This record gives sequence, C-alpha cells and structure tokens, in this order.
Amino acid sequence: MDFASSFALVAPELVLTAAGLVLLLVVAWGGDKLARTVAIIAAAALFAAGFLTIPGLHSGVDGPDSYAFGTLMKIDSFALFAKALIYLAAIGALMVAPAFFASPAAGKERGMRAEYPVLILFASLGMSIMVSASDFMTLYLGLELNSLAAYVLAAILREDQRSAEAGLKYFVLGALASGILLYGISLLYGFTGATDFASVRTALDGDLSTGQLFGLIFVMSGLAFKISAVPFHMWTPDVYEGAPTPVTAFFATAPKVAAVSLTARVVFEVFGGQVLAWQQIVMFAALASIVFGALGAIGQQNLKRLLAYSSINNIGFILLGLAVATADGASAMLVYLFIYVAMSIGSFVALLMLRSPDGDLYETFADISGLAVTRPAIAWALLIQMFSLAGIPPLLGFYSKFVVFQATVEAGLVVFAAIAIAASVIGAFYYIKFVKVMFFDEPAGLVTGKSGTAHWVLLALCAAIISPLGYLLTPSLTDLADKAAAALFVAI
Amino acid sequence: MDFPILTVMMLVPLIGAVACLLAAPAARTIALGATLVTFGLGIVLWASYEIGGAQWQFHESYELVAGFSYAVGIDGISLMLIMLSVFLMPICILASWEAITKRVGEYMAAFLFMEVLMIGTFAAQDIFLFYIFFEAGLIPMYLIIGVWGGDNRIYASYKFFLYTLLGSVLMLIAMFWMVAQAGTSDIPTLMQYDFPPGAQLWLFLAFFASFAVKMPMWPVHTWLPDAHVQAPTAGSVILAGVLLKLGGYGFIRFSLPMFPEASADLAWLIFTLSMVAVVYTSLVALVQHDMKKLIAYSSVAHMALVTAGLFAFNVQGIEGAMMIMLGHGLVSAALFLCVGVIYDRLHTREIDRYGGLSINMPFYAVFFLLFTMAAVGLPGTSNFVGEFLALAGIYQASSWVALICTTGIILGAGYMLYLYRRVAFGTQKNEDAAAMPDMTPREWAMMAPIAAVVLWMGVYPESFLAPMRADIAALDAQIAAAAPASEAQLAAGEPRPEAANAVEYESHEGEGEH
Repeated sequence: MDFASSFALVAPELVLTAAGLVLLLVVAWGGDKLARTVAIIAAAALFAAGFLTIPGLHSGVDGPDSYAFGTLMKIDSFALFAKALIYLAAIGALMVAPAFFASPAAGKERGMRAEYPVLILFASLGMSIMVSASDFMTLYLGLELNSLAAYVLAAILREDQRSAEAGLKYFVLGALASGILLYGISLLYGFTGATDFASVRTALDGDLSTGQLFGLIFVMSGLAFKISAVPFHMWTPDVYEGAPTPVTAFFATAPKVAAVSLTARVVFEVFGGQVLAWQQIVMFAALASIVFGALGAIGQQNLKRLLAYSSINNIGFILLGLAVATADGASAMLVYLFIYVAMSIGSFVALLMLRSPDGDLYETFADISGLAVTRPAIAWALLIQMFSLAGIPPLLGFYSKFVVFQATVEAGLVVFAAIAIAASVIGAFYYIKFVKVMFFDEPAGLVTGKSGTAHWVLLALCAAIISPLGYLLTPSLTDLADKAAAALFVAI
Repeated sequence: MDFPILTVMMLVPLIGAVACLLAAPAARTIALGATLVTFGLGIVLWASYEIGGAQWQFHESYELVAGFSYAVGIDGISLMLIMLSVFLMPICILASWEAITKRVGEYMAAFLFMEVLMIGTFAAQDIFLFYIFFEAGLIPMYLIIGVWGGDNRIYASYKFFLYTLLGSVLMLIAMFWMVAQAGTSDIPTLMQYDFPPGAQLWLFLAFFASFAVKMPMWPVHTWLPDAHVQAPTAGSVILAGVLLKLGGYGFIRFSLPMFPEASADLAWLIFTLSMVAVVYTSLVALVQHDMKKLIAYSSVAHMALVTAGLFAFNVQGIEGAMMIMLGHGLVSAALFLCVGVIYDRLHTREIDRYGGLSINMPFYAVFFLLFTMAAVGLPGTSNFVGEFLALAGIYQASSWVALICTTGIILGAGYMLYLYRRVAFGTQKNEDAAAMPDMTPREWAMMAPIAAVVLWMGVYPESFLAPMRADIAALDAQIAAAAPASEAQLAAGEPRPEAANAVEYESHEGEGEH
C-alpha cells in the first residue's frame, strides 16, 4: 500500500483538513465580519468532500483495497455511507446557523462568530476519521477531535448561562466517557497485544478471558455514552436544551451517525467472533433506550428537551438493527440512520422557525399552541415529522422501523421485536401531543416572525423526503445500505 | 382489464384532497365533486365486476422496493365494502356542508385522504400495503376528532389513536414472521399457505389484537363511544359506516383463511366475547341519555353478531356477517346523520331535550322511523337479512350462542324503540325543539339514497350477495376442514311418512249418491 493510493482514499479528509486550517487563519486575521463567507466556504468544502465519496459509494468498496496507511484506516462502503450522511448533516447545521445567531435568542453577542463554521468543519473531520478507523488509535484520535470541537460548539454563546452549562456538562461527561473508552482499549491492548482491529480480532478468537471481557464492556460503555444510549443517556437532555439550537441540530444528527457507525464497526470487526458477548449488551441498551426515551419525554414542556428524549428513543431502534448482528440488520440500521437524520434536521429547522416578530425563538409547548392557524405551513411540516417519528405509515419514518423490525424478526428475535414495537406506542403519545398542541388547542398567536429562505428550503426538503414521496428514494437507499453493510462482513 | 380503475379511484380523492388544501374557499365543492366522481367510478367498477369470474379481478401490481409491492385487486367481498365506502363519502361531505365552518379546506382534505385509505385497505393485495393503508387512517381520523370534535375531543382523540395503534403494532410483527416463513407478501398466496398450527395461535392472537380493537369487541370497545360522541357528525358516519368494518374485513381476509386451525381453537373465545357484548352493550345502550352514545353502544352489539357469525364456520354465518356489516354500515351511518340533523338545529345530543318531533318534523320522523326499524332488524330492511342469516349460521355451530345472541335483537328493539319514542313521539315538552323546521333539501339528499338502499337490500339482497357468494363459498371450503364440532347436533330426523297436516283420507263409498 503506497502513500499515493492512501492519500487518494482519504481525499475527503484532506479537503476538510485543508479547508479547516486555511479558514482558521482567515478567521484569525479577518474576524467575525467574514463569518458568512467562511460559512459558505465551509459548506462548499463539506459538499466537495461529500462529492468525493460518491464514486466509491456507487461502485462499492470493501476488502483489502479499502485500507489506507497500513491498517490505520479503512475507507470502505460503510465508512463512505456514514461520511456522506455526516457531511449532509453538517451542511444543514451550517445553513440554519446565521439566522439563529442574528436573533435575540443568541443573547448579547449578535451575529455568528466566525469560529462556528471552522469548528463544524473540524468536528466533521473528526467524525470522518472515526467512521473510517480500523485501529483503536485512529478511533480515539477521531473521537477526540470531534469531541473537542463539539464541547466548544455547545458553549459557543459565551454570555449565555445555559450554553455555558451545556458545554461544561458535555465536557465533563464526555471526558469521563473518553476515559472509560480509553481504559477499555488499554485492557484490550494488554490482553491481546495489538491495537488494530484485525489483529485484536484474531487474538480474541475463541472464548473471552475475564480481562478481555472487561475490555469489551468498557469499550461498549464508552461508545454508549457517545451515542447516548440508556443507561448512559443522562447528559443528552441537558446538553440539547442548553446548546444553541443549530448546534443541537448538529449534535442530534452527525455525531450520532458517527458514533453509531463506529460502534457497528467495532462490534463486527473487533468482536465479530464473540457475537453472543456483545449482543445482549446492545439488545439491553436498545430496549432500555426505546422505553426510557419514550417515558422520559412524556412530562417535558421544552421542545428541545423533548426532541433529546426522542433521539434517545430513536437510538434504541437503531441499536435494535445492530443487535440483530446480521448484514440485513446492519443495512436496516443504516437506512434508519438516513431517515433519522432527515427527520431530526426537519424537526430542528421547524423549531428554529418558531420566531416572534423581533426574531426571538420559542421552545415550549405553550408557545406553539394553535400553530396550525397562525403558521399552517410550519405546523403541517412539523405534523409530518412527528407522525413520521412515531412511525405511522405512510410516512418514511414507518419505513425505517419497517426495515429494522423485519431484520429483527427474520433473525428470529421475535420477542424482542414485539417488546420494542409495543414500547414504540408509548413514544407515539408525546409525538401526537405535538400535533394536539399545534392543531387542537386555541391559538396563542405568538409565532408570527418571518423565516429566511435557507430555513424554508431545508424544511421543504426534509418534509419531501419524509412524505410518501420519499419511498422513491428507497430503492437506491437500500442498495447503498446493503453495499455498506456487506463491507462490514467481508472480514468475517 | 387494462384501465387501472382501482388506482384511479384512489387518485381522484387524493388529487381532490391536495386541491382542497390549496384552494380552501372552494373546498366544499371540490370535495363533493371528487367523492361523486369516485362514486361514479365505483358504479362502473361494480357494473364491470364479473360475477362468477376470476376470484381476484382488476388486478394491478408494481414492484416497489425490496419488501413489498404495490398490488391491488378485489374480490366480491372487497367490492361490496368499497362500494359502501364510496357511497357514504359524498353523504359525509353533504353532512358537513354547513356544520363545519372553521378550517374547511383541511377538513375536506382529511376526509378525502380517509377515502383514499379506505379504498386502499379493501383493495390491497400485499400484506404490507394493507398495513400501510390500515394504519395510515389513524392520522386523518385523529385530526377529524381532535380539531372538529366536541368538548372532550382531546381525550377521545388520544384514546382512539393509542388504542388502535397498540392493537395494530403486534400485527406488524406477525406479518414479518409470516412473510419470512412463506417467502411472499402476496395476500392471495398467503391465504393458501399452511402455517404450522403451533405458530398459528400466536399469529392469530397478534391479528386478533388489532381487529378486535378496530371491530370493536368487548372489552376493548371503550374507545368507540368516546370517539363517536366527540367526533363531528360526518366523522361518526365514517367511523360507524366504514372503519368498524375494517375489523370484520380483517377477520375474513386474514384470520379465518390464514389461521383456520387457530380460529377454530379459539372460536369459544370469540363466541364468549360476542355473547357478553350482545347482552352487556345492549343493556348499556338502554340507559344512555346521549343519542350518539346509544347508537355507538348499539354498534358494538351489532358487531358482536358479526364476529359470532364469522366464527360459525359456515356459509350462512359468513354471508350473514357480511350482510350485517353492509346493513349496519348504512343504518348506523343514517342514524348518526339523523342525530346530526337535529344536533345542527339545537346543538345538544341529550335525548330529554327533544320530544314530539313527529309533529313539527314529520318527514324527519319518517326517515328516523325507517332507520330505527332497520336497526331493529325489521323484515324488509337490510339488517333483517344479515341478522337472520348470521343467526341461522350461528345456530348450526352452537344453539346456546344463537339463543343468547338472539336476545340482542329483542334488546335492540327495546333501546331503539325507546329512543324513538322519547325523541319523536309524546308531547312537545321543549319549546325550542318544537320550533325546529323540517328537513332541508340538502338533508333530503343525504337521507333518501340511504333509505332507498336500505330497502333495496332488505327486499332484494341477491344483488349484494351475488358478487360475494363464490368468494364466501371458497372461504368456507378452505376452512371447513378445521371447523370445530357443533354442539347443536343437527341430525336430520327421519322424514314422516306423510305431511304433518295431512288429513286422513276416508273413503266414502257411494259418495254423491244422495
């Protein structure tokens, strides 16, 4: 494996690195007045990086051809699929930001800080490395690059107490999770003598020793923190509520995709020989996330907090696809991730459009009362998102649950599927509460502010994907997800 | 058949719904036009349906994605239920013409979406497509009850949504298992597939959870009175007229042919629940003060006869169940319209607030009487045919069940006639009720067609039975092997040597010799 072909494989990361470094210098000298230009260039860089993933996605890459820099990175179809999703989500987070930071909701410092796009770029770069890691060192490097950028993003409104609190909480708990993960990695290294996935897998062959089992459990716990699966979900509602809404939209999508993909890669490529050992952990986390995510959301009044619990709930269904431990399950998980990203971005964009005439943001149930009368377009878009999140056909959210449950049942886990789907009814309760407040209650008449074109475009796009029209996408989506999932199983 | 008539029948209301959303001021006209066109297409569908032809007609199929396909087609049973839906739909629009004043565009759009989904549910030939149509109906109905309903509409809409959703999700898991087992999601193929008897029990229970809630069977019927009372008139009409039939249709299409052994094993459960429902809900209906609630409880009692008839495992029982479904679809819809007519004038459903309406509203009283008699099952009306056939079928399965179910007819006469006496007869004790004008031309246009069909179905049911006969016979042949042993012991007795009323012939020698 020569360097030239390695560099060709990591071209998207190179684009992001170059753009990030250059823009950082621009920001250092140019200051905040260039923020908009920097955001546009950052979005262009993300778009270009995304464009570079298309050929590989299309033809399907797996096996030895996909290794870069020895065995440090593995840029296979699976990594490309996750990267494309991450870049899309990051572009979304850039598009919605300027209007938010210009509003009174952003506190005393009006206007977007120019660091915001740069941090998004570095976070995306970190995630990009995470999903293509095939060595625990690369994994940790990507994870920390993403996390450090994310801590700063959560606290980017320096004057705002909630934002600072969210940043601190995220940092402390994130550091704890990284520590746990690192400890697990060190245990695995100690008991296997290697850090690259393939060698660790070979060394783990057969029954796990106690030390190896502890390593597996610590690694899984650290990853569960990052994807905010129950029982490591406590930080999510606080961070989601406190962080600025565009950042919350980013947190709910891109890092979730990256962490879930990373988890999938670790369980299949490292612990692929010990399915029974991790399957029960993932299955428990999946069912617990579905149930607690749904129950926790019921009493919430703050919409961002509610969506945080909803994301925990959704992670449960995604993990259900992972717990199946088949290629079908992994493919279903990727399809779910795609649809989940579209639904999350759509919901958060809609939240960002709930503005007062002077541009302030509303984020509780009382504020959106009777929205269908005052702002019917936003209300209908939110209605589609909510029914889709609840998994009611014919919206695309149903299809995501459909593929996951189909894979679960086909793998013979009928009882788990039955429990999970029964628990999804609890979730429906608060999703339809959204609809009830917007459509059935008397109009509060608060939301009257106008929204920018970028918001409308994103909202319309997400609504179109989620609507039954989205089924037109499913053949190619299924095809890509199948290729990506197959790449995970080449080694096995 | 090259013209994709079923798809067009779904497209017309769909386009109408979008048009209603976009052009709200003209929504009433658009909705009426779209539903009438669909009804016209329905008539064409019925006219070109070939009785005695292929079992599945007007078949269309397109592969969609890995997992399921867009496949529609109908047999006689589907045809009749589709006809019921498209027939009631323009009447629903007329019923909401003046009663709905706020957000008319969204209201009409919700109804038109509902129509698309109902046609789709009855026509779907792919099990997952069926589930999508079946479940998607929750969204428009939730909005109809919640936005345009009565005072307690939010509780009712939540209850409706969560009850039916919880019922259906387990069915989806069962469907995945069946499709994985049989290797196809095509309903006609699945109907012929023999699932292992051990698994059938679980599959049956999963489907039963869904259809029992939709039906609704006692004791999971409690969402229905709430939903009916709070829904606007047209919402109640569509709920009683068509949505309740989804449960019965599900039993005919899925539970009986796909899990015959489990159906036979659990027939006792269905019979028990049906018997309790007939007696209990009839008694509850007897003491209601709210007209809509009374009719809602009577629906539960009638639907219990349907389930008992279906699980009698014979042709009469199933034909009777289908005829009750059609008849009840018309009659209960008409009764809700009758309530709606006076509710629009006085804005109360309290029975005591009316009285002596036959004096100031004679035409209304005539229609109301006709539908009351039909609900009681008077010969010459639609419900008599169905109830008679179903009870004859049930009697063959179990004479005790038949005995108890028949009390439902007596109790039904009790609560319906009691209702009619309090509303239409007696003195005009309330001045405002006595001042109400008789029916308007719009209300005539709603009532007269239903009345005509109710009489048609009562006098010449052959028109409605003929398309279904071959399908019901095929279903019966398929499940006959699994039929539980009858305790009625219908042994044919020895024929008498002569007729019972034969007079002994005495030979009179020399007759006429006087």
